Amino acid sequence: MKNIDSKGHVTGTSIYIDDIPTIEGTGYGVVFDSPCAHGKIISVNYSKAKALPGVIHIITHKDIPGENQIGGILPDEELFASQEVHFQGQPIALIIAESEQIAFKARKLIEIEIDKKTVITDPREAQQKGQLIFPPRTFSLGNTKDSWKDCSHIFEGKVDINGQEHLYIETQGAYAQPLENGNIKVSSSTQGPTAVQRAAAKVLNIGMHTIEVDVVRLGGGFGGKEDQATPWAIMAALGTQILRIPIKVILHRMDDMRMTGKRHPYSADYKIGLNKDLKIVGYEVTFFQNAGAAADLSPAVMERTLFHATNSYFIPNVEATAYSCKTNLPPNTAFRGFGAPQGMFVIESAIAYAANELAIEKQQIQKVNLLKDGDEFPYGQIAEGVGLSPAWETLVSKFNLKATQKEIASFNKTNDAVKKGYALMPITFGISFTKTPMNQARALVHIYSDGSVGISTGAVEMGQGVNTKMLQIAANIFSVSANRIKLESTNTTRVANTSPTAASATADLNGKALEKACNALAKRLKTTAASYFKVDVGTIQFKDEQVLVNGNTSDVSWNQLVDMAFLERVCLTENGHYATPIINFNKDKEKGHPFAYHVFGLALTEVTVDCIRGTYEFDAVKIVHDFGKSMNPTVDRGQIEGGLVQGMGWMTLEEIKYTKEGRLLSNSLSTYKVPDVYSAPKQILIEPLETEGTDMAILKSKAVGEPPLMYGIGAYFAIENAIKAFNPAYKSTFNAPFTHEKVLMALYN
Amino acid sequence: MIEFILNDKKVVTNKPTGSLLVDLIRYDQHLKGTKIGCREGDCGACTVLIGSLVDGAMQYINVTSCLTPIANIAGKHIVTIEGLNMVNLSPVQQEMVNESGTQCGFCTPGFVVSLSNYCLSENEPTQAKSIAAIDGNICRCTGYKPIERTAHNITDLLLNKDHNNSIKWLIDNQFIPTYFKDIPQLISNLSPFDKVTKAHKLVGGGTDLYVQQPEVFEEIDIRPINQNANLRFIRFDETTCILGGSTTVADLAQSTKLQKYIPNLLAYIKLVSSTPIRNSSTIAGNFVNASPIGDFTAFFLALNAQITLQEDRESRAIFLKDFYKGYKDLDKTASEIITEITFELPTVSTHFNLEKVSKRIHLDIASVNTAIQIRVKNKVIEHIHLSAGGIGPIPTYLHNTAQYLQGKKLAPTHIKEANAIMQAEISPISDVRGTEDYKRLLLRQLFYAHFIKLFPSQITLTLLV
Repeated sequence: MKNIDSKGHVTGTSIYIDDIPTIEGTGYGVVFDSPCAHGKIISVNYSKAKALPGVIHIITHKDIPGENQIGGILPDEELFASQEVHFQGQPIALIIAESEQIAFKARKLIEIEIDKKTVITDPREAQQKGQLIFPPRTFSLGNTKDSWKDCSHIFEGKVDINGQEHLYIETQGAYAQPLENGNIKVSSSTQGPTAVQRAAAKVLNIGMHTIEVDVVRLGGGFGGKEDQATPWAIMAALGTQILRIPIKVILHRMDDMRMTGKRHPYSADYKIGLNKDLKIVGYEVTFFQNAGAAADLSPAVMERTLFHATNSYFIPNVEATAYSCKTNLPPNTAFRGFGAPQGMFVIESAIAYAANELAIEKQQIQKVNLLKDGDEFPYGQIAEGVGLSPAWETLVSKFNLKATQKEIASFNKTNDAVKKGYALMPITFGISFTKTPMNQARALVHIYSDGSVGISTGAVEMGQGVNTKMLQIAANIFSVSANRIKLESTNTTRVANTSPTAASATADLNGKALEKACNALAKRLKTTAASYFKVDVGTIQFKDEQVLVNGNTSDVSWNQLVDMAFLERVCLTENGHYATPIINFNKDKEKGHPFAYHVFGLALTEVTVDCIRGTYEFDAVKIVHDFGKSMNPTVDRGQIEGGLVQGMGWMTLEEIKYTKEGRLLSNSLSTYKVPDVYSAPKQILIEPLETEGTDMAILKSKAVGEPPLMYGIGAYFAIENAIKAFNPAYKSTFNAPFTHEKVLMALYN
Repeated sequence: MIEFILNDKKVVTNKPTGSLLVDLIRYDQHLKGTKIGCREGDCGACTVLIGSLVDGAMQYINVTSCLTPIANIAGKHIVTIEGLNMVNLSPVQQEMVNESGTQCGFCTPGFVVSLSNYCLSENEPTQAKSIAAIDGNICRCTGYKPIERTAHNITDLLLNKDHNNSIKWLIDNQFIPTYFKDIPQLISNLSPFDKVTKAHKLVGGGTDLYVQQPEVFEEIDIRPINQNANLRFIRFDETTCILGGSTTVADLAQSTKLQKYIPNLLAYIKLVSSTPIRNSSTIAGNFVNASPIGDFTAFFLALNAQITLQEDRESRAIFLKDFYKGYKDLDKTASEIITEITFELPTVSTHFNLEKVSKRIHLDIASVNTAIQIRVKNKVIEHIHLSAGGIGPIPTYLHNTAQYLQGKKLAPTHIKEANAIMQAEISPISDVRGTEDYKRLLLRQLFYAHFIKLFPSQITLTLLV
């Protein structure tokens, strides 16, 4: 089934926040933010701004009736800075005016005096100064200290990984409106409607029940709207609470880039030991996560870095420690992969370094250390349904790896100024929120008396096709056509206490809840039919909007049955609730079974490097991937292709730059480049692995949102492989992204 | 007052002529299919079509409406996504659905508009052109592969297109709504735009001014240069070429004659911004903008172009290389405009080349660019012009390096020595586009690339490094 939103998209009729028809009397909010990265606020003079005609009000921390606090995990982040500022771009006030233009003009009239303090942008420096968001954590398996004696080769090194700007094309935004009795409705471009509702209630000092958060869809999220859609929505709600008028806050692009956090940059130290058979015996790694100025989701992101520190390899002795370092950058946040990509990049770098030093190919080490079922992860879970070695064999045969290697070698022999390279990148990604209580969801299903169906879940549609998958589930169970089913907006009044749409788990969690609700309704309707036909309920089926008895089409249609049930006062509404079974995690021991299952796969990346200019083009990425039993191959393929290219962007051309003073230099689309149509690999081939799937996944169709992003890591090592063909003296620095600049410097150093 | 046709309706507006088309479309006309992603022409979510009536027929281009002042749409036909919608999906829309070319959907209208422009184009459809048609559209869900497949399918559908009666064929085949046939008549009925204005701010394509300082122009009336048809021409004399001051980059690309003199012209143009930007931006604007990394400035410096500056009735001509006095400091008064750009046409024995490297190969600002014009006879460099950008405060004509090479034998040793001279002639700084060390190395490499590309049998990379 095609994405059910696609018709609205291609006609431009899909509605995003700024497309909601403007309500009379709307005030427009523009955020006034800190011009410096760290300091004490001496004074802020709003008088000139307030005097500008058309300015309605300027909201500061003094106007907050509740707590000036928006930290989701730790209470360490103010909505509006009160005494101190901790990053450039930190909100200080919201200017509300009759138009956005007036609000922008007013912003320029605000005078602020700040007593500047020392700025830290480097996570290692923060760690040395004891600036941590929360205490460090360590995951361990076996005993690394004892393992080194069993190693023939031991290598140590350092790795640096830059962040990534989400660059959802729809910027952050929210639109709040007053309802009667002091209630407020907020339309928000958020992945976490409940997070917005909960935080807004705290700041506005009102009950959650008085705030309705509604999300139709997002123009891209990628994690950037999991936690960080919240402040703008609260600001709009706060403005509405104070002024009793509708307030719209849509961030301009440069405001968005300056004020919001990104994928976390990391620095890391590793020590890796291999025996003579190239088996990795011991691995020690220390991560320095650049959390930015507040916790945001950093604790959870850091945790996932630890979970995925060994990527797709079994290593008997592991010690992985991570520090969440407090710096004066915008609080970094969720981004597709959620810390796992950084963890994986470090171990891939360690393996690449070992291979360099041993003068062998990286894949020789990768291959002999692949995880297999029964192996223990450093966090205690036992691998199950993880077939990396078969995936490796599939890739080798399906895509004829040997021929590719041969072609590349002969190409490099005959070309002096252009070199080709390749890399293999296995991934293994755990599915579930690592905070166990978040693994729950609800779905509300109405069957209307005319037989049509309305579905509400906690899932937010942001392009990943979750609504399409939800519709498929209901359509399959009821056997009604897609146009009889409507996916409602995600709304906290209809589905409460939701987890954010994140962790690749949304289709599983909400889908399972929906499945339960639909099955319960189907059972009631079948009971009605059974009593009408005077047969056993087990003989009733639905097919193409007809009722079947013992496999034979009856004269009762779906519509008639629904009508019949309604007249018999059968409840045609159901709320399904699902909580993932089995999973658990003990943080004291750092052991447990945190994931419902793992998704795995392998990518082969081929690149051509122009050794005169230091530029590159990706010839192909060939992937074997574990979809389980994909319930929507079209949507899932889109997720693989999109995730891959986004990951490649992070590894190649996307480069975030801050000055030492904490000012963002890559602050617009002209200075921060994401892949365009020409940057995508010329060819992307995807081969589904014949796997069983798992009952923990919806319809055995495994989660697909985040895992493919990490195939993009192969791009870095493929480039490196090509550079080595040109410059044998090249020494890897493991400093991502591999920009054209770094490539040229590597070719000639 | 400005009159234009928006989709199938006439619009009359009294907004300041410097205000932006995107805001008029979204907030005055309430057509919300045109999206705002960046307001700097870099994402393509706000792409619309501008149709001009030329010799009785409509010609369409796609532009980013976030950088288009409404002064530039007077008397034109503006087509938004809503203006392409019909009862059924158009083939462009249908293929996008069939190939699952949409994910979050925010960029989708822009892609559909650009691909529809590709259908409206009078050029022969090819797979490469179908991809080039979307070179200004960014999809952050990075679903480019399905969009590529969409573009390829559309190309197949256009193979039977009647190029002599393009609009009719497209209407008959339901690519565009039937109202398109009435547009020439509607346009002819519009009152002409009153160009006599007291406005002082001059705007050409606006593709840089509106990125840098939109607030300066949004609320005022402007003096549009692009609307002056008299300044939009490409003329050839026996040995020279003269471009009018409002010649756009796209005009340059359309000149088949110029392509004969500069064989790789289209490849160079492909490296510069994107189709929608090239449709609006002028060559003269690139000069006056005075960006040290202006691609066309480097290009025309190496052609040793002259520019004609005019103020009221007075005009004067100077060499482009003498135009730049310092960072953004020009030999030009506030009200002088460039009316002509003149350069000698390369001869058969003259070679020309442009090199550019940026963070992203396409739709990006250069880290370093350089252009060369060189004539070699009997292995001796008879004549050379050399320019570079991104390596100093102004677009730079590399006098010393060129002077050194003049009369030298074309040999690796001389090229290497020239690089040493060039390194002393430049003063790059570290910024978001690269460190100083990188820019120095990169310019060396691009300088070498000129020779490797132009004289492959004599100069190779191995001989130089």
